[in-house]
Amino acid sequence: MKVIVCIKQVPETTEVEIDSQTNTLIREGVASIINPFDMYAIEEAIRLKERYNAQTFVITMGPPQADSVLREAISLGIDEAVHLCDRTFAGSDTCATSLVLSKTIGKIGNYDLILCGKQASDGDTAQVGPGIATYLNLPQATYVRKIDEIDVKKKVIKVERLLEEGYEILELDLPALITVVKEINEPRLPSLRGKMKARKQSIPIWTNKDLELKEKDVGIEGSPTQVVKIFSPPARQQGIIFEGESKECVDKLGEELRKYIL
Amino acid sequence: MSKKGIKVITEKCVGCALCVKVCPFSAISIVNKIAVIDLHKCNFCGACKEACKFDAIEIFKPEIVKTGVIEDSKGVWVFVEEEDNEIAGVSYELLGKAKQLAKDLKTEVIAVYLGYNLKAKLNKLFHKGADKIIVIDRPELGVFISENYARVITHLIKKYNPEIVLAGATTKGRSLVSRIAVKIHTGLTADCTGLDIDKERRILIQTRPAFGGNIMAQIITPNHRPQMATVRHKVMAELEEDISRIGEVIEENIDEEFIDKRIRFIDFIREEGYKVNLTDADIIISGGRGLQAPENFKLVKELAKVLEAAVGSSRAAVDSGWIPYSHQVGQTGRTVGPKIYIACGISGQIQHLVGMQSSKIIVAINKDPDAPIFKIANYGIVGDLFQIVPSLTKKMKEVLKK
Repeated sequence: MKVIVCIKQVPETTEVEIDSQTNTLIREGVASIINPFDMYAIEEAIRLKERYNAQTFVITMGPPQADSVLREAISLGIDEAVHLCDRTFAGSDTCATSLVLSKTIGKIGNYDLILCGKQASDGDTAQVGPGIATYLNLPQATYVRKIDEIDVKKKVIKVERLLEEGYEILELDLPALITVVKEINEPRLPSLRGKMKARKQSIPIWTNKDLELKEKDVGIEGSPTQVVKIFSPPARQQGIIFEGESKECVDKLGEELRKYIL
Repeated sequence: MSKKGIKVITEKCVGCALCVKVCPFSAISIVNKIAVIDLHKCNFCGACKEACKFDAIEIFKPEIVKTGVIEDSKGVWVFVEEEDNEIAGVSYELLGKAKQLAKDLKTEVIAVYLGYNLKAKLNKLFHKGADKIIVIDRPELGVFISENYARVITHLIKKYNPEIVLAGATTKGRSLVSRIAVKIHTGLTADCTGLDIDKERRILIQTRPAFGGNIMAQIITPNHRPQMATVRHKVMAELEEDISRIGEVIEENIDEEFIDKRIRFIDFIREEGYKVNLTDADIIISGGRGLQAPENFKLVKELAKVLEAAVGSSRAAVDSGWIPYSHQVGQTGRTVGPKIYIACGISGQIQHLVGMQSSKIIVAINKDPDAPIFKIANYGIVGDLFQIVPSLTKKMKEVLKK
């Protein structure tokens, strides 16, 4: 069984701060991490490796610096990595990104399962997973909270999918794509041996020469959406803060809340 | 210079680094007193161009071209979603918004409703703003399978060529429209908080938060139709129900090939306590580490009961096993935007804030005056929550005369 995990490098939001003078994000010196939701996808792939002896791959599209997230995935136990890195990919929206990743997955070939985090923490769209599934014409299950079982012979996977009002159980023929939520597992920490391996492993860099996509189908040109403007949200007004536990404070707060409730 | 991309006009650039500061993708650096843009990181958003006081940055974007498809497209579509065999609230809210967009475009609002045994539920869609309903009432569509729905709606979009398609930013809505957008090859913008029409160009201006709400982006789909967007529950306002409104029902059918046999629904299991659905709630009372022990969640629950509110929590409380994961608000939990959010004993780590900062009114109760939660709170009390929360419960009982 071959499992491919798609991951993204994102800024660590704990460190993102707003410059109060210019009212913009301070990104200088902000650490880059694996998208938190992708950590669950990586962990699940490693568990499938342990359970079904799966061969595991991780792929990412991003600048040269994104190499570090692939190495982190390897240090956790993923076998192989591919780095999609080409300036023509820059500015890709979810549609163009899905195309690049699906083409990569197709080139790796013979896959049984594609795993993605439910969404990336910087864009929050949750669109790339289903986008890849569509390009590859695969059945998908999003927001998966548990892989019940995989019947390797029959090539069928049974999953639990989180919905607003509960969860549903779905059965999909492999190959398939699933996106996972936090509930699915608890990611492990890298082992020392894993870290050593990650440092030494050579990671192939694929450019558009390898994928042979038309330039008009990727990057800014291949993206149906365009960002026309970025601005800071209106700042919240300084709130009213009461000090102490007195009845007076609580009563004042209660009276304020009355305005919004009644 | 190719027809796309970004360029620094070196003669004009003075190396002031204003652009470096505003770039949300940290793609710009100053090398030898000239701005240099890392094209690997650039998203061509234009923040630098706007910030530059010397007109030293040029951006080349694909031109907006009018094609036959775009000129002929018409109608604002709303995907009608069901939850618990009832039409979901977000669908009515989208009809309300669609009505306004359709007015600006001088076109119609069309509800697209797939499922089984739908007849009795159609009229309310008219009452809430739909001019027409395209309905497919089939047992095969009784269970939502994203691929089946995507195939059917893609077929309908190709047949009718709508200008705009809106869906709820729900688990179902997102999974569905992501597939449709790729099948049609058009733009899709997730989680819009604002939708407006540029009347002159007939373009949908989509505003959405990014980086956990730290910045807002305006996004358009200039050259493809339909323009597709998802919107979260409780973001748009539904219209007053007008029971005199009626409209045309267009019945469509499906082909066998629309049903994907590779994916099979086995069962649905309702989660207990779902009725306090966080994303639906008008008021949420959340508890965090400050509660100190699981049994103290009862203070939060009592206040929630009086205010008919849902109970939320920080990640810390969930990780400590005090309350199930389904209550977690924040980056790895649910994103909520109620009218009132009361945080009890939650310090307000950024991961929590990104999940609730779009709430209309935020109330913080915390003993630490420096807790970050106070920075975004409309009201706060610095003090001991074990005294404040019960007395607030009592006060609210009086206010609501319970």
